[in-house]
Amino acid sequence: MDKSKSTLAAPGGKPSAVPKSPDPHHDPRAPVSIHDMTVAYHRKPVLWDIDYAASEGRLVGIVGPNGAGKSTLIKACLDLVPKASGSVHIYGKPYKKQRKIVGYVPQRESIDWDFPASAIDVVTMGLYGRIPWCLPPRKKHRELALHALEQVGMADLARRQISKLSGGQQQRVFLARALVQDAAIYFMDEPFAGVDAATEAAIVALLNELKARGKTVLVVHHDLQTVREYFDDVLLLNMRIVACGPTKEVFTHENLQKTYGGKLTLLVEAAEAIARSGQGGP
Amino acid sequence: MRYVWAILSIVAVCAALYFVAGTFADDETRQVLALRQYNTRIVVVGTTLLGAAAGLIGTFMYLRKRAMIGDALSHATLPGIAIAFLIVGDKQIGALLIGAAVSGVVGVVAVIGLRNVPRIKEDAAIGIVLSVFFGLGLVFVRIAQHAHTGNQAGLDRFIYGTTAGMIKQDAQWIAITAAIVLASVVLMFKEFRLVCFDQHFAVAQGRSVHVIDLLMMAMVVLTTVVGLQAVGLILVVAMLIIPAASARFWTDDLPLMTILAGAFGSISGFSGAIVSARFVNLPAGAVIVLAAGVVFSTSMILAPRRGIAGAIVRRARLARRIGYQNVLRALCEREEDSGEGVRASKAELLRMRSWSARRLNSLLRRAIRRGDAAMGPDGLIGLSRQGRIEARRVLRNHRLWEIYLIRHADVAPSHVDRDADLVEHILPPELIRELELALTETPEIPPSPHGREAFS
Repeated sequence: MDKSKSTLAAPGGKPSAVPKSPDPHHDPRAPVSIHDMTVAYHRKPVLWDIDYAASEGRLVGIVGPNGAGKSTLIKACLDLVPKASGSVHIYGKPYKKQRKIVGYVPQRESIDWDFPASAIDVVTMGLYGRIPWCLPPRKKHRELALHALEQVGMADLARRQISKLSGGQQQRVFLARALVQDAAIYFMDEPFAGVDAATEAAIVALLNELKARGKTVLVVHHDLQTVREYFDDVLLLNMRIVACGPTKEVFTHENLQKTYGGKLTLLVEAAEAIARSGQGGP
Repeated sequence: MRYVWAILSIVAVCAALYFVAGTFADDETRQVLALRQYNTRIVVVGTTLLGAAAGLIGTFMYLRKRAMIGDALSHATLPGIAIAFLIVGDKQIGALLIGAAVSGVVGVVAVIGLRNVPRIKEDAAIGIVLSVFFGLGLVFVRIAQHAHTGNQAGLDRFIYGTTAGMIKQDAQWIAITAAIVLASVVLMFKEFRLVCFDQHFAVAQGRSVHVIDLLMMAMVVLTTVVGLQAVGLILVVAMLIIPAASARFWTDDLPLMTILAGAFGSISGFSGAIVSARFVNLPAGAVIVLAAGVVFSTSMILAPRRGIAGAIVRRARLARRIGYQNVLRALCEREEDSGEGVRASKAELLRMRSWSARRLNSLLRRAIRRGDAAMGPDGLIGLSRQGRIEARRVLRNHRLWEIYLIRHADVAPSHVDRDADLVEHILPPELIRELELALTETPEIPPSPHGREAFS
């Protein structure tokens, strides 16, 4: 259960399950490294001493009970909520200087879908960061957006008003918007929440494609049953990091018990049973 | 290019309306419409441009869900006007408007500050700031009027607006404002859209939401302050909200919505000014807002896709279609139980679903009229050949949906009938094919999965 900085960057190495002391000397090549981060809302702490480094080209699931601060962790990394302390580095440089290579997929419920925009309008917004102030998007931007919509299987719905899309389709629009950013690192806030089976499959395929292209993806995830299947690494969170590292080693009953405490439900037990019976699989 | 056409067609429609109005109006109104009088010309130009500016920037306030902050802003201008009047001592309009802008901004800052206090929500913050600043303003206005006895301070005009008193200089100010607002909306369109849609994403993109919001707010302050004399501070917020809300009914495209809101604002300003010039006793600010209200009601009722009239017609059509398909289904299920060609009595059909005798009768009459069903001399009703084909198609879709819902949506079987009844009629043909492939190998009617009671 001890931790050394060298293991963090090496996917094959021993995992650091419980970081006991904050380590300011993360590997400078780490795509995302969070130092000593604490976040509080109205003086009530939400996240304590988060210290974590992600390895390149991995799909990381951020897992924990409701109110564990999963979304807050992502938002604090992206400067969307103020940090009480700590810092976030992207490939060794402060996040503020690296915004262009960080993509973000917010929760679907975070916006009003009755906004007057079509799917392609929303996806094009993913390119606004690259277009200088005061200039409109050009044809090539719209073509890029259309291509991203194709990748998520939504090209034929490009002109549809976003409120007329299903929940899963809306989620795919958000993913396409992140895709056009062509970032190196993606933060996704519950992309699997409330989507249909087809969208879930499309998202998984997309995650794997991003991984194949060497991107690092951090995903807030709710469904414990699919964690083993979807993620290489897992970060178990409950206001502090309970455990993190390769899923196979960290996603254990014991660690889940610690993360969820008394709230470990039948669902988790069921997931565990499924995982046990499926051991030896991929 | 599309938007150039949109603007040209809006202009054409307005011109047509203008000439129609001119043709049918009486002599006096025609005089006003021709804008012969210098004063009328000034007022009409001023209110039309004010309406356009307010409509344009109002669109983004509306979408940012900040429209009511405009109300706090306009009410908060009053203390500034009165204090500026006390300091400057005379009716120097420039000084008064600067005072208005300053205290208006203080009001907005107060709203934003109060919003961050725990347990104070935005609506409460707006209510508090609006009334306190207005109260303060009324006190200062009274003090100002006493300090300059004999001199009619005339500060009331900022509260209710005196459009008719507009002079050339006012109209010029409004024109400059309109030009600035137009330029900022055109140049910042992308940024405004991004912030209104998803401010967190804007931040993650490295755009400063504060700067964009500040610019948006500055345009609102400018529009409000120059609009004060025309419409009055009580009603000026209407010019920000109503054209934008009206435009939303007509389109799902933001550039088009912005253009329409500008057009609706101008139309309201224009017609309000004309009406109040024709009927001298009417307060122009109020008439302008009422004109905007007329535009809004018309949009709400008549807009093709989002309007109420369209929705009612569509719903009625859907209800009729569902009812009709239910009749066919009932007849088809009857055949399924007792063999093809078996006919049912009205009493039997009445028991099969929860529909009234009147509704059933009218649906049956339609089925007979269309040749889908026939009634024999014994009063029994049966499907015709063409009706049977249609009925089987409907029944099959319905069953497919039932299976789909049971297998994929974890819906309790007892709920299936109601849900499927609604959804089946909206089902697109592609999805039906998909369901066919996924759920059934044979194109025949699959049996009802939740055990329909055999009809006896």
